[in-house]
Amino acid sequence: MNPVPGIFRILPEVILTLTGVGVMLIDATLPPGWARRPLGWVAALGTTLALWASLWQLSLPAGTGFSATVETSPFTVFFHVLICGIVLVALMLSLDTLPEDSHHQGEFYALIVFGAVGMCLLTGAVELLLVFIALEISSISTYVLAGYRKNTGRGPEAAIKYFLLGSFATAFLLYGIAMIFGATGTTQIYEIARQVPSAPNHLFVLAGLALMLVGILFKVSAVPFHVWTPDVYEGAPSPVVALLSTAPKAAAFALLLRVVYEMFPTLHSLWTPLLWIVAVLSMTVGNLAALRQQNVKRMLAYSSIAHAGYLLAAFAGLGTSGIAAASFYTAAYAAMNVGIFAVITLVSGYDEALPLIQDYRGLIYRSPLLGSLLIFFLVSLVGIPFTGGFFGKFYSFSAAVGGGAIWLAIIGLLNSGLAAAYYLRLALVAAQRSEDEKSQAAVAAPQVGIAVGAALLLAVAATLVLGIVPNEVLRAAEAGAHTLQVPPAPDATPAITTELQQNPQR
Amino acid sequence: MNEINQSILTLILLTPLAGAVLVALVPDRLKLPNWIALLTALVTFGLTLHLPAHFALGQSGFQFEINRQWIENPAIFYHVGIDGLSLWLVVLTGLLAPVGVLASWSAIAERRKVFYALFLVQQTAMFGVFISLDLMLYYGFWELSLVPMAILIAMYGRKNGPKAAVKFFLFTFIPSAPLLVAILWLYTRTNSFDLITLQHYIALGLIPAGALFWVALAFLFAFAVKVPVFPLHGWLADTFSEAPVALAMVVAGKLGLYSMLRFHVGLFPEQARAVAPYLIALAVVGILYGACLALVQRDFWRLLAFAALSHLSLIVLGIYGFSFTGWNGVVYQILSHGVVDGALFLLLGALYGRYGTSQINAYGGLAAKLPHTATLFVIASLAMIGLPMLSGFVGEFIILSSTFSGVSRGWAIAASLGVILSAAYMLWLVQRLFYGPESKLAASKPPEDLHFHEWVALWPLALLMLVMGIAPSFWFPSIQTGVHPPPQASLQIPASNSSRGEGQQ
Repeated sequence: MNPVPGIFRILPEVILTLTGVGVMLIDATLPPGWARRPLGWVAALGTTLALWASLWQLSLPAGTGFSATVETSPFTVFFHVLICGIVLVALMLSLDTLPEDSHHQGEFYALIVFGAVGMCLLTGAVELLLVFIALEISSISTYVLAGYRKNTGRGPEAAIKYFLLGSFATAFLLYGIAMIFGATGTTQIYEIARQVPSAPNHLFVLAGLALMLVGILFKVSAVPFHVWTPDVYEGAPSPVVALLSTAPKAAAFALLLRVVYEMFPTLHSLWTPLLWIVAVLSMTVGNLAALRQQNVKRMLAYSSIAHAGYLLAAFAGLGTSGIAAASFYTAAYAAMNVGIFAVITLVSGYDEALPLIQDYRGLIYRSPLLGSLLIFFLVSLVGIPFTGGFFGKFYSFSAAVGGGAIWLAIIGLLNSGLAAAYYLRLALVAAQRSEDEKSQAAVAAPQVGIAVGAALLLAVAATLVLGIVPNEVLRAAEAGAHTLQVPPAPDATPAITTELQQNPQR
Repeated sequence: MNEINQSILTLILLTPLAGAVLVALVPDRLKLPNWIALLTALVTFGLTLHLPAHFALGQSGFQFEINRQWIENPAIFYHVGIDGLSLWLVVLTGLLAPVGVLASWSAIAERRKVFYALFLVQQTAMFGVFISLDLMLYYGFWELSLVPMAILIAMYGRKNGPKAAVKFFLFTFIPSAPLLVAILWLYTRTNSFDLITLQHYIALGLIPAGALFWVALAFLFAFAVKVPVFPLHGWLADTFSEAPVALAMVVAGKLGLYSMLRFHVGLFPEQARAVAPYLIALAVVGILYGACLALVQRDFWRLLAFAALSHLSLIVLGIYGFSFTGWNGVVYQILSHGVVDGALFLLLGALYGRYGTSQINAYGGLAAKLPHTATLFVIASLAMIGLPMLSGFVGEFIILSSTFSGVSRGWAIAASLGVILSAAYMLWLVQRLFYGPESKLAASKPPEDLHFHEWVALWPLALLMLVMGIAPSFWFPSIQTGVHPPPQASLQIPASNSSRGEGQQ
């Protein structure tokens, strides 16, 4: 078997990078007066190409490239496709909603694409240093994107909060990586997995695992590392939140799966209770806080914390079922959350003239389409059958029950009952006729453009497909889970380990 | 014909859904949504009539079965089928659909597309609950039925719709959490969601009884809220006063009672028997409590709600009496209650539409001005009370007599008190609404008797009450094939079931 050229292993990332660089260069050369909007289409095209490229990677034999630093396998392809899909929808969403006169549009699109590079790389990396670099690439672009509305007070606040706390969390991750390197002498994930059972300095491994978990759980906004979430979501533009609440989380969950199931499967008894506690805390705190919110974006921020908790419940599952359930949930959550933020972008506008729950009153009368879509996505978030949200929860909790964590499942499902209260509140406000008809007439019905229309259609289709015919996606998630359980043989000996073997100074 | 038999249940399930999509697509003009909804409902009803026409009497097990894999892992099957238990419930649901559309014909004046589309989705969900034989499929429809209901209550509520909608949704959604966990737990033990397979495993004692007790309790809890059983009836009165007539007809009773019979008593006979004494006590309390509260209500929706609590509790009493005849009476009473309650809701909805209040003391002396309304209301009330020759009598009598002979005389006598009270509050209601001196309100409005569409919807129901009262033998043979004898006898599993159970492993 011919070894696969390394470049094929990172083809989607390469395409995305070229797209991002291209967008930035064109942006710089365009005369100031010209519309930047077509750049968004260029970015969308590049993302679509990357999506196809990652699907094409399925035809490659699963394995690693670049000295065993990146992997392509059904697992990575699953998350690549998911992330590219989210980015694509977010781009289309921004195309119609970014104000025409903002003069950083080119950078905006480029940053989204660069963020996608980092996230994709993160899901494929099997080398902790690359993991760190990928995380930084994705984080730095999202820090900037979060503060994109810099003329409002909340934009920079969001960016700074996100940046400060985020870099702190990344530092934890890096420290964890260093500890693990100290204990095992390698940063290659398969190597670590092999060494951990016999690691001479077990305490370092444990400390490393704990520190890494802190870093990753911050990224997925799990309690107690969630405090940044509502502020950042509130301050960032809605299309960015659509991206922010899903894609980096998907990538971070992929990393978490890789760390716990591939790197430390032997420490199962150690990280399961940890994640159990974090899951219960996340859903309970998230839901209780969401109940009290008046601002829609803050409410959804807390809801996303709760969803991180439901997702973490899947980690109580045994091996394949847990991984597949978590992967599936990521996809289902992404579909409905991107969808609802798309609706919110349209309703409240780029400047967010209508941020409160009360402002949604009578939405279904004002704009029947958006009102119905809002209710549809809320219904999916509640987890009603025949929507993606249901099967997400279903697989997550059945994995938990299968793993013996019945209490976790009960707490989780009771929490989803609690969550129904605030989702329902928004849905009912939207379905309610407002008292004074005049103020209704003053608020114009939002226009749905082609790009946004396509984005919404994609989100609805994805939510329905995941809820009615989830077999294909589930099969993909399971194939991914298998590759994570049984890592493919590396094409080459890991670089850093070789170096160490040559200079055995330690 | 065979081909139709093999796809009839899918057709029944999909026709309302297709109608809903159509309603959503057409413009809201010329009562177009109404007509499409009515046509869909009539077609669906026609399809459901196919079932009794081709139902093989005396054949145990499920008929018109379809069993195809839907989800691979975990193995969820699109397994549907009906037996004598669900046969007439499906037909009743089919019948109440056109009645519901007619009831909303002029009552729902705005956003008709949303209303009829969701109403039809609700129909699909209800059919789904009655025909599903796979627990996950069943759970799916069970949950799905909440959504259109909640949205419609919120949108078309009379005064405080959203609050009632939230109450209804949370009351019925939260108990389904333990239900889902219980279903999932059963799956981890048996690798199957199939009702028949699970029945088989449980009857053979392959599942530890200690855990099974909790599983059964989770099932029961979800159903008891939905029925509702005292003291879980908190949502009922608000929902009844707010829900549009077409939906109030379907919300209480049927789904929960059917589920109790099929998925609690039918699936966990031992565990159900263990909790039966408590449920019998709660049911009798519910009968009396509901009846007493109905007596003192000043709002006719709330009166109807507590009357429903009382009557539904009687059915619960029949279910947990664990006798074969009792169960036949239960099924018959569910059907009768569906028809009678439907008619009462329609009539009260008509009054509410004309006079704009549900305060009973605002009415009076309407009989002379609205003779048709009054006549039909009296017939429906008498049927509800359980007057011989009307539909309510048969089921009530069977349930009470089987309680008397099978459970305990004390409980039966206490429950019979409820029947007497029911005569009191219903007749008093009739008297206050239709007789006595004409009230100011009644005098202020021009008399407006039943519209044609109401008339069309009501007379078949009234006729049905009469026929069901006179000729119950038309229904009983098919009901009997679905109601299995109480568990001592059913511990021996029919050979066909056991082979199927193993085949699916």
